[in-house]
Amino acid sequence: MGQMIKVGMADLNICKFPDALTTLGLGSCVGVALYDVDKKIGGMIHVMLPDSTKFKVVSNPAKFADSGIEVLIEKMADAGANPKALTAKIAGGAQMFAFSSDNDMLRIGDRNVEAVKNILSKKGIRIIAEDTGNNYGRTIEFYTKNGKLLIKAVGRDVVEI
Amino acid sequence: MSKLDLDRMDDMHYDVLREIGNIGAGNATTALSQLINKRIDMKVPKVELLSFNELSEIVGGAENLVVGILLTLEGEINGMMMFMLETKSAHNLVNLLMGKSIENFDDFDEMDRSALQEIGNIISGAYLYSLSSLTNLMIKQSVPYMSIDMAGAILSVPAIEFGKVGDKALLIQSQFGEEAINVDGYFILIPTIESYDVILSSLGM
Repeated sequence: MGQMIKVGMADLNICKFPDALTTLGLGSCVGVALYDVDKKIGGMIHVMLPDSTKFKVVSNPAKFADSGIEVLIEKMADAGANPKALTAKIAGGAQMFAFSSDNDMLRIGDRNVEAVKNILSKKGIRIIAEDTGNNYGRTIEFYTKNGKLLIKAVGRDVVEI
Repeated sequence: MSKLDLDRMDDMHYDVLREIGNIGAGNATTALSQLINKRIDMKVPKVELLSFNELSEIVGGAENLVVGILLTLEGEINGMMMFMLETKSAHNLVNLLMGKSIENFDDFDEMDRSALQEIGNIISGAYLYSLSSLTNLMIKQSVPYMSIDMAGAILSVPAIEFGKVGDKALLIQSQFGEEAINVDGYFILIPTIESYDVILSSLGM
């Protein structure tokens, strides 16, 4: 059995078979799992915000969809993955509170998902499965063995995508 | 440009913020105490600068089931106010108010949920009222929004706000409880970074 490696909020990590990656309690943040099926290398990032270019100082690239996914791809390539062969699965981006207003601040989940999709498409990485939006938190586990992403939520059956 | 640099806060800043937490939570505790007609003790509030990973640990881990009641703030102070209750405490409060003996959130009906939401509303209001009086600043609070979910997921909402200005979250955390009925909750005041400046300068800092 491999190890389960934790990825914190605004953090990223990679691993090789037989290890797996997990991030706990995704709310409006988005979890992105990248996978090279041939090399069995996986990468995961817990994105908090959509766009690093809106900020003057980016001390932690992993916080943002654009800069974070960039770094994640580089790290996976350094570990031997083929950036052109990567596929993606994404989860999270919930709206945790049922706000009635159109306040931009409160629609951050949707914006995160959208930003993640944009940057993945720019990088030519295909999203093969997703479980995003809605109004509940998710814990995800990503297995390098077969590229399966497990999604756990309170009071719901475990979903495998 | 904001004057307050979260990485360079001195003892004075911490003291002032702690005092805000003290007075705010003190008022809120009194409000709750009157609501359930029981004496409730408040612990000394903590002011902490936490990394995003540490943030979800404050209520028993990212996957711990909690109740979060969130109000957005507008006016001279902008941001959010969150009141969090652990599962057991939420059940105890509802049981106390509604005369029930619920031990599982699945058994919550619409009335129980709105009771809990209203508790959050009343005591957050009391907290904000004292903050407003103390600083002489106008605060408009939204209606309460409630979520029962994993702590990490609920805390992602305030964390994202902090993420816009840095890599840490500043918490004024106040805990209160009563041993016999076990009500443990946390107030988390999340002003925008600009609002921190407004608050501090209104107090002569």
